[in-house]
Amino acid sequence: MKKLSARRRHPLAALVVLLLALAATGGLYAAFAPAEKAQADTSAQSLAIEEGKKLFAVGCSSCHGLDGQGSSDGPSLVGVGSAAVDFQVGTGRMPAQQSGAQVPSKKVVYSQAQIDQLAAYVASLGPGPVAPTKEQYTSTDPNDVAKGGELFRTNCAQCHNFAGKGGALTKGKYAPTLENTSPKHIYEAMQTGPQNMPSFPDTTMPEEQKKQIVAFVSHTNDEPSPGGLSLGSLGPVTEGLFGWIFALGALIVTAIWVAAHTTKAKKS
Amino acid sequence: MSTANSATSGASKPASTRAKPANKFEAAADWTDGRLGIYTLAKSNLRKIFPDHWSFMLGEICLYTFIIIILTGVYLTLFFKPSMAETVYHGTYAPLNGIRMSEAYASTMDISFEVRGGLLIRQIHHWAAIVFVAAMLVHMMRVFFTGAFRKPREINWLFGAGLLFLGMFDGFMGYSLPDDLLSGTGIRFMEGAILAVPLVGTYLQFFLYGGQFPGTDIVPRFFTIHVLLIPGIMLGLLVAHLILVFYHKHTQFAGPGRTEKNVVGMPLMPVYMAKAGGFFFLVFGVIAAASAIATVNPIWAYGPYRPDQVSTDAQPDWYMGFSEGLIRVMPGWEIRAWGHTLNLGVFIPLMVFPLVLMAIWVYPFIEAWVTGDKREHHIADRPRNAPVRTGFGAAWISLYVLLLIGGGNDLLATHLHLSINSITYFVRVGFFVVPVLTFFITKRWCLGLQRRDKDKVLHGRESGVIKRLPHGEFVEIHEQLPQDKLYKLTAHEQPQPLELPAEVDENGVARKAGPIAKTRAKLSEAFYGEGGQIAKPTAEEHHEITSGHGHH
Repeated sequence: MKKLSARRRHPLAALVVLLLALAATGGLYAAFAPAEKAQADTSAQSLAIEEGKKLFAVGCSSCHGLDGQGSSDGPSLVGVGSAAVDFQVGTGRMPAQQSGAQVPSKKVVYSQAQIDQLAAYVASLGPGPVAPTKEQYTSTDPNDVAKGGELFRTNCAQCHNFAGKGGALTKGKYAPTLENTSPKHIYEAMQTGPQNMPSFPDTTMPEEQKKQIVAFVSHTNDEPSPGGLSLGSLGPVTEGLFGWIFALGALIVTAIWVAAHTTKAKKS
Repeated sequence: MSTANSATSGASKPASTRAKPANKFEAAADWTDGRLGIYTLAKSNLRKIFPDHWSFMLGEICLYTFIIIILTGVYLTLFFKPSMAETVYHGTYAPLNGIRMSEAYASTMDISFEVRGGLLIRQIHHWAAIVFVAAMLVHMMRVFFTGAFRKPREINWLFGAGLLFLGMFDGFMGYSLPDDLLSGTGIRFMEGAILAVPLVGTYLQFFLYGGQFPGTDIVPRFFTIHVLLIPGIMLGLLVAHLILVFYHKHTQFAGPGRTEKNVVGMPLMPVYMAKAGGFFFLVFGVIAAASAIATVNPIWAYGPYRPDQVSTDAQPDWYMGFSEGLIRVMPGWEIRAWGHTLNLGVFIPLMVFPLVLMAIWVYPFIEAWVTGDKREHHIADRPRNAPVRTGFGAAWISLYVLLLIGGGNDLLATHLHLSINSITYFVRVGFFVVPVLTFFITKRWCLGLQRRDKDKVLHGRESGVIKRLPHGEFVEIHEQLPQDKLYKLTAHEQPQPLELPAEVDENGVARKAGPIAKTRAKLSEAFYGEGGQIAKPTAEEHHEITSGHGHH
């Protein structure tokens, strides 16, 4: 130590310290700095969260609170995950127009990029279901439709009807029709259980089964009705209406026509 | 145009003196007559007269749809397997590939997708059934509102009621057979209803289902009842119904030359036979067209029945809809005592279900009792001329429709954006209020129409021509109705209310009227008393007004 201490006023001492400091900084940087790609991602992610936070403050915070902690007008969004945001905003349910029995789906107000930013922000509040990738909800196995049908009838048909046409719940609430719902949103709805729907997390309904249900719903939406007009696929109520109005109605008109064409003593 | 003389010559001649048959048709007819006596039958029936009115053809719609149902049903039995044995589907309908199901469901899938014309025949069968019961109800209402159930037709009214009741249940069994998710739910519903019967419910359920629900017996049993037992009884009732129509002859509306003792219309042979025969094909055509246009009971979409699955929109076919409504609007009351549960929430609807139908079926007998009328009636009433009856019929229809609304409360809620609870509360209150309101509104309406008729008879038709009198007054010219119209508006009879016998008879003996006689007199007053009908114009009134000069 004494030797070192004796040379501390050496004219080259400052240079040596500088070199050592530079080497240490460079070495530490090389050791701890993340890979260049990951580095770029992080900044994009934090950028998305930043942007999402701004969008959130404008469009969502009046009900859900400035930090998504919730208020008397809207639930806390901590832990709902990006899948919930993608579903609610992507189907136009959020931002809600007014409170009521149920928030209906309507015209989507955000672009998909903005929705992703909002999702990133909300996801950053706490861990939750992650929006699925295309592979997760796109089925390739043709047998999935039949399997999905069985799962659908067990888990979904009691509210959404056998063909996904929707149904009534209590006090003005309802299970909406799935006719125009995209596969991704169906998947997310099962993950997150929006509004009155129960959620089907991967622990109770594995990814594979969700994919099969999505395959069944997509197939049902696209399949032409083999027996003619489906009358809304709403069961015997619409069939009864059709039978009374069109079938019996046509028969009564026919009867009137037949009775009117007869020989009469006097034409009326 | 009235009942006619024989068109078949030679029927009365003894066979030995008859000339040689002119051609082989006559020879064939002679041959048949010698064995079946068709000439006598033909003589008395071929010139049977049928009055012409479109509403008299409603019964024909029922008859023809029934025939269509039998014809298509026979075709379906050739391919249907009434078995609940389990099988795995490997047919042409890919979305059910590899799914477990019963033989009954699998064979119905095969009928729908593999048998030639199977789906169309199935849909004709089902649409015809829907229309059959609907036509029976409309036919019944026609008979009701025109008073065609009065003597001598009361028994035929009951035959018709029996046909409607059996038709409803045969329909229920029919759509239960394919063992799809919806039909299984219906059978489950029935199980619940049977179980709600106090004391014997459980035993009845075990007896009918051959054990616990669903078991393996119910589809084969329903099949036998659906294709054999009920149609057999219905066929018998139908023949009896038609024989009585022939025997009583058809009712007709009032008109010049039409009396209680004749029938004015077309003879069965050839005019009515051609018309009725043609109408059969028209009915078949309309039903076939409906079946080609719209699907009914898409069992492939429902999927096979599994007791752990259910779909919303699980309603019965429309004719059972009012029972569904009763169940849906009934509060879920229960009484628990001595270790047993009395399920009033299901048991009360189960009891009210037959009462709803009985209410309309017993009405003819109540009316006969109230009026004390023992005469025969062959002239049909115009509904307005029997305001109490019309009011009662309308009230019954309103109750029926209300219960249908209750049965479809979920679809009403989703499609009209209403709360299902509000609809249910509305039906609960409406069950007691709406029929009463409907009765009074309809009765007032009828009275209003009677006044209008009276006005028309006395003052003529408004011609729409406005005349200005010399002193400046404007008047509308009224045109006198032609004689036949006047007749139609005044032909109905107006019964007088029954009067209680004098409290003291001519010998000074006090005769007290019993409570039944008093009730009867009160009801009679309500039917035909001051508020029950508007006195129709008399000939003198009409003469007095029309004999004068001027427009009025």
